[in-house]
Amino acid sequence: MTRHLLSAADLDAATATMILDTAQEMANLAGHQVKKLPTLRGRTVVNLFYEDSTRTRISFEAAAKRLSADVINFSAKGSSVSKGESLKDTALTLQAMGADAVVVRHPAAGAPHRLAGWVDGSVLNAGDGTHEHPTQALLDAYTMRARLGRVAGLHVVIVGDVLHSRVARSNVLLLSTLGAKVTLVGPPTLLPVDIATALVPGISVSYDLDAVLPDADVVMMLRVQRERMTDSFFPSAREYARRYGLDGPRMRRLPEHALVMHPGPMNRGMEIAPEVADSARSTIVEQVANGVSVRMAVLYLLLGGKPS
Amino acid sequence: MAYPQAAPRQEPASPARLGPAAASAGPSPDQPATPSGKTILSSTDLQRIVDRIAHQILEKTDGATDVVLLGIPTRGVPLARRLADRIHTFEGVRVPTGTLDVTLYRDDLRLRAARALGRTEPPPGGIDGRQVILVDDVLFSGRTVRAALDALQDLGRPRAVQLAVLVDRGHRELPIRADYVGKNIPTALTETVRVLLAETDGADEVQLRGGQAGREGGSGRDRR
Repeated sequence: MTRHLLSAADLDAATATMILDTAQEMANLAGHQVKKLPTLRGRTVVNLFYEDSTRTRISFEAAAKRLSADVINFSAKGSSVSKGESLKDTALTLQAMGADAVVVRHPAAGAPHRLAGWVDGSVLNAGDGTHEHPTQALLDAYTMRARLGRVAGLHVVIVGDVLHSRVARSNVLLLSTLGAKVTLVGPPTLLPVDIATALVPGISVSYDLDAVLPDADVVMMLRVQRERMTDSFFPSAREYARRYGLDGPRMRRLPEHALVMHPGPMNRGMEIAPEVADSARSTIVEQVANGVSVRMAVLYLLLGGKPS
Repeated sequence: MAYPQAAPRQEPASPARLGPAAASAGPSPDQPATPSGKTILSSTDLQRIVDRIAHQILEKTDGATDVVLLGIPTRGVPLARRLADRIHTFEGVRVPTGTLDVTLYRDDLRLRAARALGRTEPPPGGIDGRQVILVDDVLFSGRTVRAALDALQDLGRPRAVQLAVLVDRGHRELPIRADYVGKNIPTALTETVRVLLAETDGADEVQLRGGQAGREGGSGRDRR
């Protein structure tokens, strides 16, 4: 094991459970009069974002600040990156500034892995291309546990643009580690069966959303990532929405207790109907709040103890 | 990431590490049970001590009407509950209890791998304007209590704060003293005081373990 969080595959069940338990305590502490904890005083966390992000960046920033770390935000726009600086040179600059942790989002899969070899501090993958987004998977698992009491044994249906989704990859890995059963659903063009079975042998795959809904404990809708689409993967947005969008009638076919999740940002009317997104089953706003607790837990566990 | 498993905050006393020999140690005080552990307080002693501290709290706080008891995990928590129980038995006063985990406030976090957090549950009614009594099992360097005072500040503003401990083993590193002490046990730095409670360890007992053979200094010192 390393001092970084690069992939959900790095986490075994005990470690993942410890992160979720720690996040639970962090969430309890948020109810105190003073929300700030002194734990990471004097440590520096750099948010290095080469891709646009609202919730992940703000979530990491809030988490680091609640633990009293100093936060430096670095976005590729308006930095030397637009002048052509390489990732390695940027990394060496951060190293010279004494970053204890680098939270990195990058359009290229594997960028955090490379970065981890160049800096002394911890590297946290906040999304690398279509590869992984481990803290999102952790906060999704946390949300399931908070709402349904457990993760093991749940049937989680992940629907939509699996091909381009780092959220799906990290979730498939983590949820399987934690003992959930995962089914991937989407149009054949967006459902890479060979990749999915390579991640988790024996994972179920379906092209028919209506068939799997009555048996689902959790439905996780993925965003259709048009910015990553270079081909036409489906005939039209309307056709996609009709076959794979979660609308009111489909939601009512779910079991009573089932949750609807979405990592955000949503394309309302495309993969998820507004009626569903705003329903009581939807955990979308909760997921954002839980994201801060989970990232506090990860930062504490990576930075709080003895430097390895 | 090499995360550790949940370790007891102080003087680790997981029954698994005790082994069968220590677990079957005779209950009578002062009897050297095994080479690794000597019983200092038996379950009867422990019961008497809790009774006495409950009486002292009632006396010192004038009936404990505005008192709340905050246990520091792991073993301060059942001790706080026992004190509240005895106070209720003696004078019919219901003292609210809560728990206060101090891990995130410790000054020695970076000396060891990151630790699992305990639970913090403020007592019903909060702590503002109340007399808070912190309850812990062993008072040693005083660093845990310092962390607890910081944690308390983030929870609210008590009228006064007092400290109750089962064992004071000396070797303070900070200007901190307890208001209620179960037993003063002079120790060497190499020794380990182990508090076992029925709620967490299956039986009540306090043991002193010698620290000479092959482990001098090390564990005793940085464990605080």
